[in-house]
Amino acid sequence: MNLRRPRLFPATGLIAVLAVLAVGSRLWGNTLVEGALTEALLYLVLVVGLSIFVGNSGVVSFGHIGFAAIGAYASAWQTCCTGFRGVFMPGLPTFLLELDMPVVTAALLAGLLAALVAAVVGIAIMRLGGIAISIALLSLLFIVKSVYENWDSVTAGQSSLVGLPLYVDLWVALAWAAGAIVVAQIYQRSAFGLKLRAVRDDEAAARACGVTPWIQRLIAFVLSAFVAGVGGALYGHYLGTLAVSIFWLDMTFVTIAMLVLGGMRSLTGAVVGTLAVTATREILRSLERGVDLGTLHWQAPQGSQEIVLALILLGILVFRPEGLVGDRELGVRKAV
Amino acid sequence: MSPIQLAVDALSLGGQFALIALGIGLIFGVMRMINFAHGDLITFGAYALVVPSAADMAVPFVGAWSAWFLIPSTLGIVMLATLAGERVAFRPLRRRHADGTSLLISSFAVGYLIQSVILFVHTGRPKSVSIFPGLTRHLEIASVRVSLIDVVTILVTIALLLVVLTFLRFTRAGLHLRAASEDFSMAKLLGVRADRVIFVAFGISGLLAGVVSLLYVAKTGVLDSRMGVPLAIAGFVGTVIGGMGNLAGAVAGGLFLGIASTLLQALLPEALRPARDAFVYGLVIVILLVRPGGLFVPRNAAVRI
Repeated sequence: MNLRRPRLFPATGLIAVLAVLAVGSRLWGNTLVEGALTEALLYLVLVVGLSIFVGNSGVVSFGHIGFAAIGAYASAWQTCCTGFRGVFMPGLPTFLLELDMPVVTAALLAGLLAALVAAVVGIAIMRLGGIAISIALLSLLFIVKSVYENWDSVTAGQSSLVGLPLYVDLWVALAWAAGAIVVAQIYQRSAFGLKLRAVRDDEAAARACGVTPWIQRLIAFVLSAFVAGVGGALYGHYLGTLAVSIFWLDMTFVTIAMLVLGGMRSLTGAVVGTLAVTATREILRSLERGVDLGTLHWQAPQGSQEIVLALILLGILVFRPEGLVGDRELGVRKAV
Repeated sequence: MSPIQLAVDALSLGGQFALIALGIGLIFGVMRMINFAHGDLITFGAYALVVPSAADMAVPFVGAWSAWFLIPSTLGIVMLATLAGERVAFRPLRRRHADGTSLLISSFAVGYLIQSVILFVHTGRPKSVSIFPGLTRHLEIASVRVSLIDVVTILVTIALLLVVLTFLRFTRAGLHLRAASEDFSMAKLLGVRADRVIFVAFGISGLLAGVVSLLYVAKTGVLDSRMGVPLAIAGFVGTVIGGMGNLAGAVAGGLFLGIASTLLQALLPEALRPARDAFVYGLVIVILLVRPGGLFVPRNAAVRI
């Protein structure tokens, strides 16, 4: 590793690329592209959150979308539908009903709640072995869904919650994505990140050096749940409506596909994968709406998007398992 | 609800979960891979019973045949799908010595692919199909009403477990499979053929998935593109609390999970029943807190250098 390189590289480089893309799409004035980029940046917050845990620990998580759900609802409790909050969510405690929290603070507190939940369940789950953690985290996703769908008085249950303040636009998404990347970068370069990657690469050797695997996993898990919680909160304020079913297997699949496609072990990979998958989904989506080829109108059947995405992911795993960028980082010659 | 009725319900659900956990555990044993697609293979088998179409009304296809054809065809279809999945998605990775994480994600992608294809062909609306209508009757045993399908499920489970156990214990292929689960590379050095042993494991796993398809549809009569996911989760959790890499533990873990679910359903206050699964999996997390390696940890659990 080149030690003379600025400490925040490649984060600064990645953010610069994203900023150029954002400015470019605004100057181009194509609302479709701008919308897609906004969504990509919001997904990027989730994927970076996921990669803090998955990339450094080498353990796949199928449960992080549960933290996104926790964050999204926590932000709704603080900011949603002034005046009607008690009507939609009569079960909220009085202080929450009267609260008028600034959206930024609300997003951070939402992330904190997700982190708190992660800390509590993580104490149990992080002590399992690698694959068992993935499965336990999947059952965590089920628990979150089951609880939030049935806790009608604070989540509106199986119906949607409407009227979240719509404050997330391209620049807000860019700012949070940048923040998430910086957090991930700082963690990756910290002693904690280094210890966890040591566990990932050789658990026995790391133990012998005095690293306690489950504690290192727990630290990454809590931090990544925080970022995923913030990501969920932002996504809610981007859509303006919330339903528990948004935060389910489809989103889990898409975020994992983004992470794996780009390269699980690198931050650059997370960014590349998120942009690539979003672009693919947008193209497929517009094909599903139909294209005009001269006089011919051709429309891809509904649902081709999911199938193509699954095939792409399988293809990557079979032919280029390390992802598009592998474990390289932007501007860094050798693996960090 | 009488205790006998409760016991039958618990054992029937537990038996189903045990079959799923065994199907997942067999593959985990030889490949150190959790097969995420297992639940979706169950879904696939269930959908094989009806004609593929986007129509609301399901027209029985395999489901209309007599039991002598229906059962072998469904089992065969699921086994073929399972083996095809191994061939296309897992073998190339295994050849390259990919790590467990890649295999896990690969099986996740296969499962998602099956779901998406079913959604694509059959649409997202649940369909209904009736097979073995005779099994939905109720039996009167000592003035207790139990449903026949639950009794059949229990009997089928016991029979299948015995068959698989006998196979593993007393046949050459079974011996190879057990050797490969113990230590794959050592088994290979001693002449066990890797591809064949994995083929056998996937074959049995597919067979078990097919049986669960039939039992599940016979009981509920409903098809849904994601019906297999909660079943697979139950199976995964069964293998985890049983201790991964331990087949008897997987069966016991699945059984335990089914019994715990049924008891919680019966004992929880009315208001909390819809969130039963949250309690079941919460209980699982508590168990893992106490015994991180699972309830029945094999002797060779710790990785040796």
